[in-house]
Amino acid sequence: MAKAPIPTRKQQPWADPVHGVLRDFDIRQMAYVPDGGHARLIGLCLADPKMRSVLLTTEEEGVAQMAGAWLGGQRGVFLTQSGGVGNCINMLSVIQECRIPLLALVSMRGQWGETFPWQVPMGQGTQAALEAANVIVKHVDEADQVAETVRAAAAMAFNTSRAVAVVVSQRLTETGGRG
Amino acid sequence: MANAKRITLDRRKVVARVLRDRGDALLITGLGAPSFDAMAAGDSLNNFYVWSGMGSAVPFGLGLACAQPGRRVLTVTGDGEMLMGLGSLATVAVQRPANFAVVVIDNQRYGETGGQLTHTEFGVDIPAMAKGAGFREVATVYTNAELEEAVPLILKGEGPVFVTVKVRPEPAKIVLPPRDGPMMRHRFRANLLGEG
Repeated sequence: MAKAPIPTRKQQPWADPVHGVLRDFDIRQMAYVPDGGHARLIGLCLADPKMRSVLLTTEEEGVAQMAGAWLGGQRGVFLTQSGGVGNCINMLSVIQECRIPLLALVSMRGQWGETFPWQVPMGQGTQAALEAANVIVKHVDEADQVAETVRAAAAMAFNTSRAVAVVVSQRLTETGGRG
Repeated sequence: MANAKRITLDRRKVVARVLRDRGDALLITGLGAPSFDAMAAGDSLNNFYVWSGMGSAVPFGLGLACAQPGRRVLTVTGDGEMLMGLGSLATVAVQRPANFAVVVIDNQRYGETGGQLTHTEFGVDIPAMAKGAGFREVATVYTNAELEEAVPLILKGEGPVFVTVKVRPEPAKIVLPPRDGPMMRHRFRANLLGEG
């Protein structure tokens, strides 16, 4: 299988420590739609034999995938770009009503120095959309704070059965790619 | 494009037949009538009835099947619910879970909103989509004889398996499954994992 080049550790320095946190929490499924902002973390998870990577066609599948995984005794992490958050709203009702934990990592577009206008509406609405669906939001915009924020979010999600999203600033997700 | 074959099967009998020999298979049901059908066949600690998130039944089952590779996992849902999550067929096909089967109880209607026609009434062929996605086994069932052939495939065939069963449109009596989400997820996990 041909592999897309992934950003270097220098370009996305937070990704390796976040992957370590996911290992610490015994995360066994990683559901994702390919995304430049998460590209290094996705690459690390794809290469991790302890994690099953689940390529989605649309982000709402990931919410249901995580719910099924947890019912079956596995923890998962759901990676999405801010644009995909809007796709998840109705599906988040399932985990909200069932008190099923969800750990989501959201990479931002349309937020910090965005130059592509069509990314701005959903990017500006991402946090409000998550909060409307009762997802607890932890925003992070310093590279050296991403991993500890993910650790706190995972601890909260899996111990209190809540949906928690770590929103990673666009400052930290520059890739040189287009999305 | 018309459906040439006559549709004679009764949804409740179909679901009861599929689940009769299920053993310890885990079951996710899509919202609406398939949940009532499963409940009518007999509640089980191995059942989880999804009451919202239309389109979620297949990815929900996939997550469970990936987490429990040693157990048979079934998603039983309706044509309308399946139509809202067609992309998930591609997601399942890429994961290729050998223990996972999807059964669509296809009455060609949106039963919960008054019986409006779905796309399958106009000839949209969901099994062909599952085949195209790459499901290992795909079947469409119109008769009891075909159902008898499909049941072993659904319960034991190497997956992913996709079976559509064409059923008559008349709604069956509502048999309500539990609706309390935390209770259902607690009982399911307590039974399966020994923890809530």
